[in-house]
Amino acid sequence: MERHEGKGPRLVALFMLGTLLFNYPILALFNQPSQVFGIPLLYAYIFAAWALLIALMALVVERGRTP
Amino acid sequence: MLQEWVIVLTSFAYLGLLFAIAYYADQRADRGRSIIASPYIYSLSLAVYATAWTFYGSVGRAAIDGVGFLPIYLGPTLMIALWWVVMRKILRISKQNRITSLADFVASRYGKSALLGGTVTIIAVIGIVPYISLQLKAVSNSFIILLHYPEIVMPASVGAVPILRDTALWVALSLALFTILFGTRHLYSAEHHEGMVAAIAFESLVKLLAFLAVGVFVTFGVYNGFGDVFSRAAGQPKLEPLLTPIEGVAGGYASWVWLTVLSMLAIMFLPRQFQVTVIENTDERHLDKAIWLFPVYMVAINIFVLPLAFGGRLLFPAGGVDADTFVLAIPMLERQELLALLVFIGGLSAATGMVIVETIALSTMVCNDLVMPALLRMRRLALAQRRDLTGLLLGIRRTAIVLILLLGYLYFRLAGEAYALVSIGLISFAAVAQFAPAVLGGIFWKGATRRGAFCGLVTGFAVWFYTLLLPALARSDWAPRSLLEHGPFGIALLKPLELFGLAGLDQITHAMIWSMIGNVGAYVLVSLLDTPRAEEHRQASLFVDVFRRVAGGARLWRGTASVPDLYNVLARFLGAEAAEAAFAGYARARGRNWPDPQLEADAELVDAVETQLAGAIGAASARIMVASVVKEEALTLQEVRTILDEASQVIVYSHRLEQKSRELEEATAELKAANERLKELDRMKDDFISTVTHELRTPLTSIRAFAEILLDDPDMSISDRKRFLGIIARETERLTRMINQVLDLAKIESGQAEWNVSEVDVGEVIGDAIATTSQLFKEKRVALRTESAPEMPPVRVDRDRLLQVLLNLLSNAVKFCDRPDSKVAVAARVEDGHLRVDVTDNGPGISPQDRLTIFEKFRQVGDTLTEKPQGTGLGLPISRHIIEHFGGRLWVESEPGRGSTFSFTLPLRPGGTGHPSPVLAAAK
Repeated sequence: MERHEGKGPRLVALFMLGTLLFNYPILALFNQPSQVFGIPLLYAYIFAAWALLIALMALVVERGRTP
Repeated sequence: MLQEWVIVLTSFAYLGLLFAIAYYADQRADRGRSIIASPYIYSLSLAVYATAWTFYGSVGRAAIDGVGFLPIYLGPTLMIALWWVVMRKILRISKQNRITSLADFVASRYGKSALLGGTVTIIAVIGIVPYISLQLKAVSNSFIILLHYPEIVMPASVGAVPILRDTALWVALSLALFTILFGTRHLYSAEHHEGMVAAIAFESLVKLLAFLAVGVFVTFGVYNGFGDVFSRAAGQPKLEPLLTPIEGVAGGYASWVWLTVLSMLAIMFLPRQFQVTVIENTDERHLDKAIWLFPVYMVAINIFVLPLAFGGRLLFPAGGVDADTFVLAIPMLERQELLALLVFIGGLSAATGMVIVETIALSTMVCNDLVMPALLRMRRLALAQRRDLTGLLLGIRRTAIVLILLLGYLYFRLAGEAYALVSIGLISFAAVAQFAPAVLGGIFWKGATRRGAFCGLVTGFAVWFYTLLLPALARSDWAPRSLLEHGPFGIALLKPLELFGLAGLDQITHAMIWSMIGNVGAYVLVSLLDTPRAEEHRQASLFVDVFRRVAGGARLWRGTASVPDLYNVLARFLGAEAAEAAFAGYARARGRNWPDPQLEADAELVDAVETQLAGAIGAASARIMVASVVKEEALTLQEVRTILDEASQVIVYSHRLEQKSRELEEATAELKAANERLKELDRMKDDFISTVTHELRTPLTSIRAFAEILLDDPDMSISDRKRFLGIIARETERLTRMINQVLDLAKIESGQAEWNVSEVDVGEVIGDAIATTSQLFKEKRVALRTESAPEMPPVRVDRDRLLQVLLNLLSNAVKFCDRPDSKVAVAARVEDGHLRVDVTDNGPGISPQDRLTIFEKFRQVGDTLTEKPQGTGLGLPISRHIIEHFGGRLWVESEPGRGSTFSFTLPLRPGGTGHPSPVLAAAK
C-alpha cells in the first residue's frame, strides 16, 4: 500500500517552501507601500502565495493517488 | 423584526436543526451506512478550528494591526503539509491502541501512566477554559448587540447584569444540555460520534456561508470591490500604517514567526482538533483530501477579513464600536436585518461547533484520565467489584461537560472583559502548545521517558501560567497589579511580562519562548538522565515503530488470568452485550467458538481485553482494571528489552530469509534456462549428425552403385567404364570436400579453428579469388566484372579464410548461372566504417523462404531428393561463421528471376577485428 512514497518528501519540501515564503526576509520584500490592482502589495502577495502553496499541495496529493 | 423572541427562536430552531442532522447521522450509522465516512465531511469537520474567534475576532485583530490574524491560518496550512509524515503516524497509533483522547495518547505512550494522563487533562482544562469563555462571550455579546437594533450599543456599556439575567449563563447551560445530548449517547469513546461530526460539518458550512455573505455585502454592496475599500483606507492617515503593517503595528517579524509556530501546534494539539482529526477519523486515506481542502476552507473564510476590517474602520471612525463586532455592526448600520440575523447564526454556529467538540473531548479526558484512575485506585469504593459501571461512566462525563461550561462562564464573568477575543484565544493556543514536545517526541524518539514528559509538561505549563494566565488575572484585578509592574517581592527580573529581563516582545512571543525552552529542555534533559520502566519501553516501541510492526506488537506479559474474570471486567464497563460481542469476535478471529471452555486466558486475550477496555475508559484506567483481575509477574526491563530485541531480530531474520529464498528462486530459474539450452544443443547435435550421415550416404550410395555395375558387368564398353569411373571419382571428391567442410565447421563452431590474423588488402584477395575461379567462369561462359574503389584500407582478418569466403561466393554465383548472357560482378567499397563486398549475379534468384534457409547447414536451393545436389550445403554456413568471427555480417538480397547479391561487411576499426565471436549463438 505504500506505493505513494514520493508524497511525504514532496509535502515536506512544500512545507519548507511555505516557511520560506511566509517569513523574513521574503516577506519584507513585499512589506512596501505599493499596490496591485488597488490591493496593498503585502496582502496581495500573502494571499497569492497561500493559494499557490495549496494548489501545489493538492497537485502532489491528488496526482499521487491515481495509479 | 429583531425582537428578542425572534432571535431566541431562530437560535433554538438552528440548534434543533443541528440536532436533527446529528440524529439522522446516528441513525444512518446504526444501520451501517455512515454519512461521515467521506473525505469532504472529514475536511469540513476539521474546520471546527474556525471558531467565533475567527468569525468575529479576525476582523477585530485585522482592524488593529492589519496582518496579525493571518499567521493563525498560515501556520495550520504549513503544518498540514507535514501531516503526511506526522498525522498519519498518530492516526495509525491511535487506531491500533484505541486512543480516546489527547491525554490518553500521552498517557499510553509513556507506559500507560495515569499521572501523565491526569496532568495533560488538567493542563487542557485550565488552558481551554478561557477559550470556551471566549465563545460564550462572543455569543452573548452578539446577542446583546442584535437585541439593541437599530442602535449599535457595545455590551460593555450595558453594565453588569445579575447572574440569572446574564445571557452568557443561559448560552452556557443550553450548550451543556446540547452537548450532553450529542456527545454522551454512546459510552464507547474510541468509536465515532457520527452525529456530532455530521453536525459539525454542517456548522462549518453555515459559518462559512454567513461570513462570505457579509463579506460580499460589504465589499461589493457597501463599497465597490476590494480596490475601492483599500484605496479609501489609504486616504486616511489613521489607517495608513495598516497597509505595510508588519514592522510597525503587528509587532515585527518575531511576533509573526511565533504566531505561526503557535498555530502550527494548535492545529494538532487543541483537544477538539485532536478529537475530529484523530478520534473521529474513519479512514486514514481521508487525510489526503483534507491536506488541501482544509487550507482552501481557511483561505475562503479569511478572504473578506481585510475588507471588513477596513470597511469597519471607515464606517465607524469615532472608535466607539469594538472592532470585534464589526462583522455584526456593519449590516446593522446598513439596516440589513436579515443579514445581521444570518451573521448572528453564523457566529452561533462557529461558537457552538467549538464548544460541543471541545467539551466532549475534555469530558472524555476528565472521565478517562483523571476521575476514573483516581476512583479505581480508591480501594474503599471497591469500584472494581461493582457489577455495572456504564452508568457511572456516563454520569462522570455529563457532569464534566456541565462543569467545564460553568468554568468557562466563570472565567467570562471574572476576566473576560479585559481582553479582546484574539488574545484570549492565543492564551489557550499557548497552553496546548505545551503538549507538542511530549507527543511529537513520543512518536519519533524511543528514549523519551515518562518522567521526562512529566517534567517537560509541568515546567512548560508553569511558565505559561506565570507569563500568560497570571497577567490576565492581574488585569482583571484577581491578582495584585503590582506583580506585573514590579515583579513578585519587587524582584524586577521575575516580572511575568519581562521574565529574566526579556523585554520588547509581545506577550505571546515572550511566553512561548520561555515556556518552550523550559518544556523542551526539561523533557530532553530528564529523559536522557532517566531509565525507562519495562512498560514504558514496550509502549515506546509500539508507538515509534508503528509502521514497522504488525498490529498488537510483541506480547509482553507473564502471569495468570481466568477467562470469566476478563469477561466480567469488560462487561462491567461496556455492558454485557458489547463484552459478548468482543469475546465472540476474538474467538472467531482465532477460529474458535464462543463460549468455548477451552479458550485460554493467555497474553493475547489479556491484551485484547485491555485494548477493548482502553477504548472505553482510556489506557491508564484499563491498565489498572486489567491488573486487578490478572496476577501478573513483573517483567524486568532487561526481559522486555530481550523480548523486543528478539522480535526485531526475528523481523531481520525473516527479511534475510525472504531475500535468500528470492535468490534461490532466481538461481533455479537460471539453472532451468541453462538446462533447456543444453537440451536444445543436444538436439541440434543429433540433428546435425543425422543430417551429416544422410548427406554422406548420398555420394557413398552412388559410388557403391557404379562400382557394383562395373564389377558385375565385365563386358562393359570402355567409354561407359570411363564415364562411370569419372562419376565415382567426382563423387569421391565431393565426399572428401564434404568431410573436410564438416570438420572445418565443427572446428569453427567449437572455437578450435586456428586464425592467422594479419593486415590484409581485400582488393588483392579478391584478385586471387578471381584468378582461382577464372577457369570455371571460362567453362560456363560467364562474364566477370570487378569494381573496386582504388584506395582500400586494410582489414585485420585471416587471409586464407577470407579467400575461402570469396571463393565460395564466386563459385556459388557461377554455379547458378545458366543463362547465355550470364554475368557476375564483384564490387568492394568502404561504407560506414565498414568494408563492404558485393557479389552479384543475374541468375534465377532465390525465393524469400529459401533466403532464410540457405545459411543453415546442408540446406540448398531446390529439392535435394529429386534434383542432383550441386554442392555440399555447408559453404554458406561456414562463410557466415567466418565473417561473423571477424565482426562483420553476411547476407543476401535477391529478386527471383533477376539474380541475387551476396554481400558481406568487415569492420575497419582496429577494435572490431579478431575478437572471438559468440559462435554458438551465431550458429543459432
